[in-house]
Amino acid sequence: MAQPNRDNVADSVPPPKWPARFLPTAGLQSLIDVLIADDRLVIGPTIEQQAIVYDEMTSVNDLPRGWTDVQAPGVYRLEKRDDDAYFGYVVGPHSWKQFLFPPLTIVATADRVSADEAWDMQTPNEPPPRYAFLGVRACELAAIAVQDRVFLEGPYIDPVYQARRNAAFIIAVNCTQAASTCFCTSMNTGPKCTAGFDLALTEIDDGFLIECGSDAGDAILQQLETNDADHRHHQRATSAQQQAVDQISKTLDTDGIRGLLLGNLKHAQWDEVGNRCLSCTNCTMVCPTCFCSTVKEVADLSGDHVDRERQWDSCFNVDFSYMNGGVVRNSVGNRYRQWLTHKLGSWHDQFGQSGCVGCGRCITWCPPGIDLTEEVAAIRKTDGRQPADSEIES
Amino acid sequence: MTTTLPNATNPWLNQAATIVGIKSESPGIVTYDIVIDSNDVASGYLFRPGQFNMIYLPGIGEAAISISGAPCSAGGPGLGRGTSETPERSGDPCSLSIVHTIREAGNVTQALGKLNVGARVGLRGPFGSSWPVQECIGKDVILVAGGIGMAPLRPVVYEILRNREQYGNVTLLLGARSADGLLYGDEIAEWQASIDVQQTVDRSSDDWNGHVGVVTALLERMPIPRPNDTLLMTCGPEVMMWYAIKAALDRGMNEQSAWVSLERNMNCAIGLCGHCQLGPEFLCKDGPVFRYDRVASILRVEGL
Repeated sequence: MAQPNRDNVADSVPPPKWPARFLPTAGLQSLIDVLIADDRLVIGPTIEQQAIVYDEMTSVNDLPRGWTDVQAPGVYRLEKRDDDAYFGYVVGPHSWKQFLFPPLTIVATADRVSADEAWDMQTPNEPPPRYAFLGVRACELAAIAVQDRVFLEGPYIDPVYQARRNAAFIIAVNCTQAASTCFCTSMNTGPKCTAGFDLALTEIDDGFLIECGSDAGDAILQQLETNDADHRHHQRATSAQQQAVDQISKTLDTDGIRGLLLGNLKHAQWDEVGNRCLSCTNCTMVCPTCFCSTVKEVADLSGDHVDRERQWDSCFNVDFSYMNGGVVRNSVGNRYRQWLTHKLGSWHDQFGQSGCVGCGRCITWCPPGIDLTEEVAAIRKTDGRQPADSEIES
Repeated sequence: MTTTLPNATNPWLNQAATIVGIKSESPGIVTYDIVIDSNDVASGYLFRPGQFNMIYLPGIGEAAISISGAPCSAGGPGLGRGTSETPERSGDPCSLSIVHTIREAGNVTQALGKLNVGARVGLRGPFGSSWPVQECIGKDVILVAGGIGMAPLRPVVYEILRNREQYGNVTLLLGARSADGLLYGDEIAEWQASIDVQQTVDRSSDDWNGHVGVVTALLERMPIPRPNDTLLMTCGPEVMMWYAIKAALDRGMNEQSAWVSLERNMNCAIGLCGHCQLGPEFLCKDGPVFRYDRVASILRVEGL
């Protein structure tokens, strides 16, 4: 498993251990074939229901070749490009979290032999799928690193995430453009992929600059027919990557953002956004770092076999904070406040980093088009902190 | 700091367990003695006062319940092993039972109320932070318990009674809505020999001859001779804890000497599901016991 670089600061990257290679366009299918021959389930971008999502694939023809995405608050459309780039778009409603942290999974079981006997309590022992993720963007590498810290580095490790994560092979793709909703540069997570991948592709005119990030990546790379990557290849790749940087138009001012949000818990903006927010949970589902879940009991008809099923949940669901006959976060504004102050604020206290990677999905997929960068700006503009309010900041 | 069951490498794994004792404390409140079926696991089970287990009824669900027992089985000082520095064993050499006093509230606790001795359940734990009993050595101690909030504080009483000479003045203020909500009445008579126990009810009844009024009123009246060397630990309804702390601060104590046990919706108990968050705190792993100054500002925000 490639070790993620959580800080992801470009100037701390050491010189590459494996030199970059050039893979001609026609070689992309052989990359997929080699992965399949390595007993991998290749997951990559493909078009379904007029969106680019991540699904199982076996052929380059499954990729959205020649398509691009146009995104804005509450808007997602696909448009034809005037070239036939394989990766000429950014991110859609799916993220890779559904494969590492499945929306529905069994975490434990209980079986009863007879009414007098004890329940036989077990945890599942099946081997995880051997995924190859094709097309992971820099913001998504950062999101995987964020979820690594949640699921693997706390006092309790989630074995489901751990097994899938250890088995996953990651082929990153450097963005060559940006959507209007992207703000990875503000979060220091992209657009360039610097670490956390086994292989990384940058699409240029007649093929791909292919960089290697791990021994596992090198083992696959050796099985491909590649050429030396020369100065022209590097230059075109750098230029393509720069285009992504240049196209980023959205920013989030993260200066002191934790203290700003946690020091403004009674700000009027929470009720204001609560009037617009539908509490629909779209943002938490598309967010690549949201990790809330609920374990439910599912018994079979006999009642003698029980699955403990963990499902994705959301702090926007009304019952999420239900306790003793009431709901703690009883207004939409309270629930929006929980989501935003956690994502951009208390995530720092809990995990030592921001929970946001600047992918912009929550902005695109919000039906009323709420933009968290604007919500933060609104609070910053009328920051209600007094000197005496500094308690929660420290 | 938390401790887990030994050899529990998968934090989702429940231990098969059996109910070995049931005692009705008051209407709707029952104490269960539970023993983990595996002797290895049961004998290795350690907990600190204030921690909780997830009690599991397959097909119904799990409930987070504070441990209300002692170094030995339900009750009795002086039989424990180890020093106050080490986590306590829940059972004495004869009994490895883990004790929980439970109030019927939701699906799981209601189903539990229908079970008999010998019923099979599951258990995960212990989880969470613990009361600062170590810090109380040489100091005066005030325990303020409201209703079922007495249950997570009883292990503190047991611990103090086990080494009574190490602590200064110890006062337990116990309040409930009515007389039948005052827990552990039969033990309190024994405790009175070593610590000062005062009880009060919100609503009087014919069989009650004691104080009437909120428990914080007792706190306002009691002597606090050395407020800088006094620790307060409180558990009960959030508003009660808030007023108890306020009364203590008014009497010259400070926010670093007061400890609360908080409650939120709990699902996984291992810090991964997100339900129990209160501000930046996960109550299942950062709490449920907190020093008051850590949570003072977030407790004041409505609907957080």
